[in-house]
This record gives sequence, C-alpha cells and structure tokens, in this order.
Amino acid sequence: MAEPILELNDINVYYGAIHALKNISLSVNEGEVVTLIGANGAGKTTTLATVCGLMRSRTGAVKYRGKDIGSAPTHGLVKEGLVMAPEGRGIFPNLSVEENLRIGAYARTDKSDIEADLKHKFEIFPRLHERRRQKGGTLSGGEQQMLAIARSLMSQPKLLLLDEPSLGLAPLIVQTIFQTVDQVNREGVTILLVEQNARIALKHSHRAYVIESGEIGIEGTSAELLDDPRVKAAYLGEA
Amino acid sequence: MARLLGILVAAIAVTFGANWLLDSFVDEYVVRIINLCGISIILAVSLNVINGLCGQFSLGHAGFMAIGAYVSAYFTTTLRYFDEAATKYVAIEPMFASEWGFVPALLAGGLVAAAAGAVVGIPTLRLKGDYLAIATLGFGEIVTIMITNFEKVGGANGLPGLPPYSNTFWIFSFVVLVIMLSWTLQRSTFGRALIAIRENELAAEVMGIPASRLKVMAFIYGAFFAGVAGGLLGHLLQTISPATFNFMKSIEVVVMLVLGGLGSMTGAVVGAIVLTALPEALRDVESGLGLPGIRMVVYSLVLILLMIFRPQGIFGQKELSLKLLARLLPGKKGDK
Repeated sequence: MAEPILELNDINVYYGAIHALKNISLSVNEGEVVTLIGANGAGKTTTLATVCGLMRSRTGAVKYRGKDIGSAPTHGLVKEGLVMAPEGRGIFPNLSVEENLRIGAYARTDKSDIEADLKHKFEIFPRLHERRRQKGGTLSGGEQQMLAIARSLMSQPKLLLLDEPSLGLAPLIVQTIFQTVDQVNREGVTILLVEQNARIALKHSHRAYVIESGEIGIEGTSAELLDDPRVKAAYLGEA
Repeated sequence: MARLLGILVAAIAVTFGANWLLDSFVDEYVVRIINLCGISIILAVSLNVINGLCGQFSLGHAGFMAIGAYVSAYFTTTLRYFDEAATKYVAIEPMFASEWGFVPALLAGGLVAAAAGAVVGIPTLRLKGDYLAIATLGFGEIVTIMITNFEKVGGANGLPGLPPYSNTFWIFSFVVLVIMLSWTLQRSTFGRALIAIRENELAAEVMGIPASRLKVMAFIYGAFFAGVAGGLLGHLLQTISPATFNFMKSIEVVVMLVLGGLGSMTGAVVGAIVLTALPEALRDVESGLGLPGIRMVVYSLVLILLMIFRPQGIFGQKELSLKLLARLLPGKKGDK
C-alpha cells in the first residue's frame, strides 16, 4: 500500500498538567474516510487540533504526505491542502455566504479558477446559492454546517479534517450532511472525521479509531466496529 | 488605481480651495472646530481598522498620538531646556526650520509611532479582549510617563512653541488620504481577512489566514495615522503636554467609534464629527439656559440615550453608499 497521507506516531499532548492524548498513533490513507469516535473529553478534538498545528505534541511526529509538520503554522498547512472545518461550525456570521466562501479561498493563488470553483460549490450546495447574499449568521444550523464544509472545500483540501459536523443538528439534517461528506470524498478528498454520533460516522467511513480518555482503544474497519460488541455497548446503545 | 489617484488629487485640490475660503470668510473659532473634527476623523478612521475591522480592542491610540506629536515637534520646534552639566539654558534649533519640513516631520512622527505599534503589537496581540485593552492602556500610560520625565521636551510642563503649520489644507489632505486608504483596504483581500479574524479567529486561521501577522499589520497601520494625527494636533494647538495624550483621549476615540458604529468607516467619520462638535454646539444651549456646565450633562445624556436606543451605533456595520440611500428613500422597495 502507498504511504499514508497522514500519519500520527506516538503523540502526547498536554493541557498544562493534564495529559490529554497518550501515545496516539493513527494513519489515514489517500482517498479514505477515517473516523475518530469517542465520548466527550476523550481527546478527539485535541487530536484534530494537533494535526493542524493548533496544539503541539511533546513527543513523536505528525507526518503529512511524508513530511513532518510538527512545528508548521496552521495557516501554512492550508496551502499544503490540510484544512480543518472547526467544531461548532465557526462561520463568519457578519459576512455574506459568498464572502464566507471567498475567504475559504484566501490561501489560493490561482485566482482565475476560484470563480469556477465557487460555481461548483453552489451546485453541490444549492441552498447556499439561494442564500448567497444573506449573512452567514442568519442561516439555520444545518445550513451553517454546509457553509463551513463548503468554505473548507474552497481552499482545495487534499485532507479535510471535520470536527463534529453533526453537533446540534436535527437527525434529518445530519443525514444530508453525511451525504455531502460521501460526495466530497468521491470527488477525491481524504477525510478525517471526528464524531460523537458513532453510528452515522461508522456508516459513512471506511475505517475507525475509538478514543477513550486520550488513548486509542479499538481500531478497525468501520464495518467491523459496527459489529464489535464493545462498541455496540458503549457507543451504539445496543446491549 | 488610477481612478483612485485621480479622486485623491481632486479631493486635495478641493481641500486647498476650502482652506482658502475658510481662512478668508469664516470665523476663526469655527475653523478651529472644523480642524479638530478633521483630526478626530483621522484618529477614528485609523482606530476603526484595529478595533472595528480586526476586532482587536485597543486603548493605546493616545500613546501613538503622543509619539507622533513629540517626534514631529522634534523636527520643527526649537527645544529649550536646562543643561545640568553646563548649568545654563540651551536651545536646539529644529532640523526643518521651514514649513516645507512639516510633512516630512509628520511622516517621521507617523513612522516612529508605527514602529512603536509593531513593538507593542507583536507581544500584546496574542492577548484577547479585555486583556489586550488593558495591555494597550498600559502602553499609553508608559508613553505619557516617559514624556513627563523627559526634560528635553519639557517634561510635565509640556513643549511650547510649535510652529502653527497645521491648517485645514494639511489636516483634510490627511483626512482624505486615510479615508481613501482605509476604504480600499476594507474592500481588499486584506480587509476581508481582518474581518474574518474579528468574526472568528480560529476559523480564519484554519482558512489559511496568518492571523497574528495581519493583526500586527492592522495595528501598525492604525498607529501610523494616530502618529500623524498627533503631529497635526500638536502643530494646531502649538503646545503639547503629556496630559493632552492621557488615556481619556484614547477612550474618546473609542467612544467615537462605538457611537458611529464599530466597524463602519462612515460611522467613524460621523462619530468623530459629532463628538468633537457637539460639546461646542451645546455652548449655545448652556448660555441660553443660563446654567453653566449643563452642556456636559446634555452631552453625556445624548451618549447614554443613543446607546440605549441604538446600541449598534448610528451606522451599525453599514457604510454610507448609494444603495443605502436608495433604500432609505420613501416609496421605494429595498434591493433584494
């Protein structure tokens, strides 16, 4: 198999005295959707923050496309195609939908292709097209999540980090969001997904890791994990 | 770009004409207030880039003004002070003894203020909200205390004898310049990135915007024009002292922004004019009522009422534009 697009080796992250991530190692291969599931405070978001340079690991290495990015600045990684869609949607509420999307293209240098790309994003997300002049903050929760994903896509990621895309959304909207995730993946974007909603995350991913109190507990293909009795008991609410 | 340059030249020509008209036909007191309004506009519009666009709450504007005022005065004014070693008064002649030196002196003041902005901004812009406000407030205090203890520029007594180079022409040339630059900046990629930082710094960072660097750049930009405004004010008042640039001055500029609408350049201009002219306009009320001192009560009352009934400021985040005017016209439907 080819070299993974993202590789975490023996990562240890601390918040002051709190040991948040303990010897985390994981890998994401090109073209995959990999999900990290786990309870509140297990370290899922911290893992993503470490990947995109918002947190630093004391040990080990974060390798992206074969290069150690352990000390690269977040905004620099965007140019390399490693982009995060932050938790809680994180859109710019006082900018219009279109402006939000254009800011997504901030790090790009191919200004001529941006227009075409914007059009393409509006095709994938027709709701955003309808509301392109509206302020981001006036959108519904689901639409804001769509906008956050579309905005990340504007920076042409090779690897997209999605932090809790289902957070606070109605089940029906969650379905739509995950259909979008599938579509984005089909268009060639590798995705590392962090989710509390284990069932839907496992259904829409290839492989999965379960994080428990800062450590990787179980790992395997998503189909295996859906059948795993431990996962069933702890995360899927089945006896 | 060429069009902008054309507008700039035209606008400066207009200020030149206006300067002549005001000098010839209008009461000196009124001209003075117009000039002070101009300086306030420079301060408010430049602070709007830091506080309004970029969302970094700075209370250090008076500090940058002080630096600009004193540095520009250094180039244009004879410094007289008591030399302890020689036990006699000495005088240092200014480097630029003619009015031609005024603009270079102003620019020098602006540049030193901008450099100070970089020095202060790089460490403090890691702070957020209240913490940044307090750090910048501290910076302003440091500047005034240093000047107070610097005898060569008059210390606490202030520095008298600045040549009266500031006039409507120079002040409003800089007003035009700062408005046009800020307008262009606001609509550029840089400006949008600043707004993105204001709206959500984390999201801006993960979109590839180098937030720290841009914040420092906004800070330097604001500090430069604060320095220029300080120089203009110094050469208008002709005497500067550390007390002119105490933290109340910084707060005054912040109030201008909040009153006009934080983030709106039109708001900054309107807020600057209102806050500068209102206390003067209320003098008539005071003499009419026969109640000395009542004007400051009315002034405060106006501010309180405005904040109760229009907390987003006069303009909110909107700009004055033809579109907005069209929407305000009665009988017409707003654009969709």
